[in-house]
Amino acid sequence: MDPKRILEINNLRTRFHIAEGTVYAVNGVSFALNAGETIAVVGESGCGKTVTMLSILGLIPIPPGEIASGEALYNGHDLLKMTESEMEQIRGKDIAMIFQDPMTALNPVLSIGRQIGETLRVHLAMDKQAIRQRSIELLEQVGIPDPAHRLSEYPHQFSGGQRQRAMIAMSLACLPSILIADEPTTALDVTIQAQIVELIQQFREKMDMAVIWITHDLGVVADMAERVLVMYAGFIVEEALVDDLYEDPRHPYTQALLAALPRVDRRRDRRLLSIPGAPPNLLVEPKGCPFAARCELVFDRCRAEMPPLIQVAPNHHQAACWIDVTTGRKR
Amino acid sequence: MAESTLEQPKPGIASLTPDELETPPLSLGQLTWRRFRRHRMAIFGSVVLFLIVIYAFGGMLVFSEAYSNRTETGARLQAPSREHPFGTDTIGRDILARTIYGGQISILIGLTAMLVELLLGVTIGAMAGYFGGRLDSVLMRTTEAVLVIPQIFLLLVMARYFAQSIPNIEFLGRTFSGSVLVIIFVIGITSWPYLARIVRSQFLSVKENDFILAARATGTSTRDIIFRHILPNSIAPIIVSATLSVAAAITLEAYISFLGLGVRPPTATWGNMLEGAYNYVESAWWLWFFPGLLIALIVLSINFLGDGLRDALDPHSRAI
Repeated sequence: MDPKRILEINNLRTRFHIAEGTVYAVNGVSFALNAGETIAVVGESGCGKTVTMLSILGLIPIPPGEIASGEALYNGHDLLKMTESEMEQIRGKDIAMIFQDPMTALNPVLSIGRQIGETLRVHLAMDKQAIRQRSIELLEQVGIPDPAHRLSEYPHQFSGGQRQRAMIAMSLACLPSILIADEPTTALDVTIQAQIVELIQQFREKMDMAVIWITHDLGVVADMAERVLVMYAGFIVEEALVDDLYEDPRHPYTQALLAALPRVDRRRDRRLLSIPGAPPNLLVEPKGCPFAARCELVFDRCRAEMPPLIQVAPNHHQAACWIDVTTGRKR
Repeated sequence: MAESTLEQPKPGIASLTPDELETPPLSLGQLTWRRFRRHRMAIFGSVVLFLIVIYAFGGMLVFSEAYSNRTETGARLQAPSREHPFGTDTIGRDILARTIYGGQISILIGLTAMLVELLLGVTIGAMAGYFGGRLDSVLMRTTEAVLVIPQIFLLLVMARYFAQSIPNIEFLGRTFSGSVLVIIFVIGITSWPYLARIVRSQFLSVKENDFILAARATGTSTRDIIFRHILPNSIAPIIVSATLSVAAAITLEAYISFLGLGVRPPTATWGNMLEGAYNYVESAWWLWFFPGLLIALIVLSINFLGDGLRDALDPHSRAI
């Protein structure tokens, strides 16, 4: 095993059994993360990005959820086989997560200090004085002025950006080796977004922390990630280094996504393209390529058989498509 | 939001620092107090309740318990007078002194029965709501089973069943009839189902919040999720329900004691002072008037208080 590899996900499948049937949310996702690396997971809403991460952390409610197969190796130990109390040791201490909406991710009836202190109390067994001291430092580090005073305040006394900063302070309190950031900037306005991205980047460098950045904002991806995973309907359809992905997308879905994105370095008079159709119904067991119904290059095999994720270009550039999009030849 | 960006700066305050411009946001407790203060009946209820408590516990300093239990056959059924301001009962005991000591027992029964109810109701409701699934089904069917039996009927049967077996108890240097414990237990064990349902429904909705997921993602244990995260978010209806159940317990105690199945003499309660009084409804009104008045007042004031708390603790109420 690569010594730098701290997280390796193999063939993860997550389903939800609900009244309407079975939701096939994650359908065989595999990827790896090295220490200190930042990867981005992009894809539209409902494509399984968040469910993948929650599955890894054991936060999927079971039932109705079910992890049908797969393994999630953290430093060689399978997280999916751990007991709840073993997972409690990992969560927040080794792998932390920040959530999309800071307005709802903080407990409204507990003071900020208590919520930050909780992580420290649970994992590091610090005494009250030390917890307070450390919480003040953390709030200071995430850029909240007058931290000693604000510890005793409640979430409703913080602005959106400040809450997200407090969330970051909470998640980073125990110096995790992996931070999962689930669209942490989506609910914030643009200037705050940039500050939060900046803040997480600073911490990543200081702590040599690996970051999994979930987003549907391809602009943010270009700024901060080294590698990108593109997800569609519960599958990873392409994986590449950021620059390779932008310059040379090898999956029709990625190509369509990039064509839909306004770019400063392109001519302005070109219309942005949209992808016709809608993502597939996740209540139907996937058969064949999930993008087949919206793909311009579709042929018979696409509808019958899911293409495997294979290397298509140097630098571990992988795509899952029966057609080599650069030549138009079938594989 | 914390920043009051909508407020236009007024002239003449330019010299103030931003901290001085902004009134500090109110904490949840302060908001609750502000809303409670506006509720006149609740304030009235609190004051009356406070006076009754002073009466029952301060009165100890004036009359001894022995005096309240002393029978004076020569002074039976005396109307209120200077010597006995509330009159005397059928065996010549001073009613004023008995309402004082009886009040203590009634309040004690109300509070402890509420604690028993809280313990059972919150535990059962929290388990059912948080864990769901089969445990929820079992607990909720049990709850419904208790609910379908009329509470009064259950109370009477249980009171009768347990009454003989319990000896007197010594507590704080005083002797209580063991039947006090029986009544507390019986009231507690028959009144938890409503509370359990309230707590369960609170847990069902609160546990779906993002902040619970976020707390779990930081490694918070299930026990801490339940007691440190969900319970504080559900506390308002629990407080209201607990308050009202004190009043309910006092009424229930009066009810069973009136029927002669409650607390045994010589220990006085407002309820058992009414026992037998119905024979003298017209001839000796003071027998039922004073304990009856006290029961009515305390129940009324607790209900007003509960009502005020309900409004004050309601997070959706915007009134300040």
